[in-house]
Amino acid sequence: MIETKTPSKLEKILSSGHMAVTSECGPPRGSNPEAVTKKAELIRNHVDAINITDNQTAVTRLCSLASCIHLKMMGIEPTLQMVTRDRNRIALQSDILGAASFDIHNILCLSGDHQSFGDCPTGQNVFDLDSMQLIQTVRLMRDEGKFLGGDGIDRPPQLFVGAAANPFADPFEIRVPRLAKKVAAGVEFIQTQCIYNLDKFELWMKQVRDRGLHEKVYILAGVTPLKSAGMAKYMKNRVPGMDVPDEVVHRMSGVSKEKQAEEGINICVESIQRLKEIEGVRGFHIMAIEWEQKVPEIVERSGLFPRPKIEM
Amino acid sequence: MRLQYPEAIRIIRVPCTGKVDILHILKSFEKGADGVYIVGCLEGDCRFDNGNLRARKRVQQAQALLDKIGIGGERVQMYNLSSGEGPLFAEIAAEMTAKIKEMGPNPLKEALKKQAA
Amino acid sequence: MIVAEKKPIEEIIEEIKDYKKILIAGCNECVTVCEAGGKKEVGVLASALRMYFINNGKKMEIDEVTLERQCDHEYLEEIRNQIGQYDAVVSLACGVGVQFMAEKYRRIPIYPGVNTSFMGVTEERGVWTERCQGCGQCILARTASICPISRCAKRLLNGPCGGSTNGKCEISKDLDCAWQLIIDRLKELNRLDDYEKLLPIKDWSTERAGGPRKVVREDVRL
Repeated sequence: MIETKTPSKLEKILSSGHMAVTSECGPPRGSNPEAVTKKAELIRNHVDAINITDNQTAVTRLCSLASCIHLKMMGIEPTLQMVTRDRNRIALQSDILGAASFDIHNILCLSGDHQSFGDCPTGQNVFDLDSMQLIQTVRLMRDEGKFLGGDGIDRPPQLFVGAAANPFADPFEIRVPRLAKKVAAGVEFIQTQCIYNLDKFELWMKQVRDRGLHEKVYILAGVTPLKSAGMAKYMKNRVPGMDVPDEVVHRMSGVSKEKQAEEGINICVESIQRLKEIEGVRGFHIMAIEWEQKVPEIVERSGLFPRPKIEM
Repeated sequence: MRLQYPEAIRIIRVPCTGKVDILHILKSFEKGADGVYIVGCLEGDCRFDNGNLRARKRVQQAQALLDKIGIGGERVQMYNLSSGEGPLFAEIAAEMTAKIKEMGPNPLKEALKKQAA
Repeated sequence: MIVAEKKPIEEIIEEIKDYKKILIAGCNECVTVCEAGGKKEVGVLASALRMYFINNGKKMEIDEVTLERQCDHEYLEEIRNQIGQYDAVVSLACGVGVQFMAEKYRRIPIYPGVNTSFMGVTEERGVWTERCQGCGQCILARTASICPISRCAKRLLNGPCGGSTNGKCEISKDLDCAWQLIIDRLKELNRLDDYEKLLPIKDWSTERAGGPRKVVREDVRL
């Protein structure tokens, strides 16, 4: 497919045709690095790279870059999530260089949840760039070795560039054109929103294939194991852009409370099995929210273990 | 019908309660009125569609403002009745008079007296 | 128009309570249309303040005036002969008018009587909504005449974000998703293909970011 352009292990795994597995950790609301390193330790042998979220849901946390550096020092490959909500183009480029100076090789470009959801709803937002323009910026810095201002960069960043895609958000008709737009901006891998509505995802993937986009970008299907029927209902009703079909909610509430967690894992594993069969799905992004200890079980039961060894 | 209503009430005729402005209400108090009430047609029966609904909104605006400046929003009220309801008109007049008597005079009058002294 | 909201009367009282003679100055333009600072609102505020101060045993003289505009010299000049007799002015014009009056009458304190909100439209009686943030480099030609800078909570030039649900913004069910509106209109105009044109990184130097702005027209300057 695409020649590798960076030293990213994730890129190498994808380009060599393996199904990739990524996961993510949210940094703590404090400065204790163990909150990240302990979670990462639990899953390091079962995933190829770990995303570190960037002040997710607009709640102030330990920064993504510092957390990524902790992972890097443990010998784990991080994916730096970067939202355009909090930083202008000076700060974004500066943090990209900071990441590059620690040889961080993956970045996920996002706009970020609106600050009204977080702990600083009275704060200012920035949005100097949007997620697509951040993709363009990273590609410019990497491929042309230039800053947005036009000057050259000494030792340009070597970042494998990712973005998110939500196949379920509205309006559905532009969901594939939107992906095409991100591809045109230069995105190289996509991690999707959590998939519960597999029928709708298959329809989206068909449209993706019809436009040949699956040949231009690695798509990692996002999954999140449900811990309880309550969580299923919450995701269905409260989380914007989330599509949880009734049958999933029924299946979760159809078993006793003690068995719901297990049922959530079962659904997740079955989803991965089905998603694996879809042409164009090149891996999985497992977002086990504060439930990282379950990632190894999900990876193993889905037949995605052991992870491929890549010569770096 | 010759119905009696309290003589403290001065009637100001308007073509429609929609004509009543919040300024008319405020000026009444500035000039010493102890209370003001607007009697409009039944809601839904306005010849001009929503004159009486506009009046109700203005009464609410005046109430909020009078509360904030310490005059008392309760001194302004909105009533609706049809033209055939003479006895109700008299009843409302009595009710409003009683309410205002209970609240006492417009505090501005007392304050002005003190200022003059 | 510039849309403003009346300041709470308590706030105005707090600012002016130590003066003895005040002028309330309205403006006949935008703030009249959005019912925040026209002649009517001047009358209401003046009346309420008079009653408040009498009721609180304080002598306060309050006069009223409403100018055609407070953002042009000639109308502000109309009060030059009378303004000297006041301790302070409460201007019900937008922030522009308050400042311009203060620039002109340097020895008299001018207080704002409204909160200036945004540039917008009267969507219906009593409902005003934002349409423009004056970025100085209009992109409406590229966005089906719907402005994502003023109407998208994230100002996304290439939206919508993943939070758009049933046509509404993730921050409020009462707020239309600007990008849904753009896409709907592109469809109506048979131009949905335009959606895939990437909007480039914006030059924000013509916006607030570039510092206070100035338009000079030599061709009309005297």
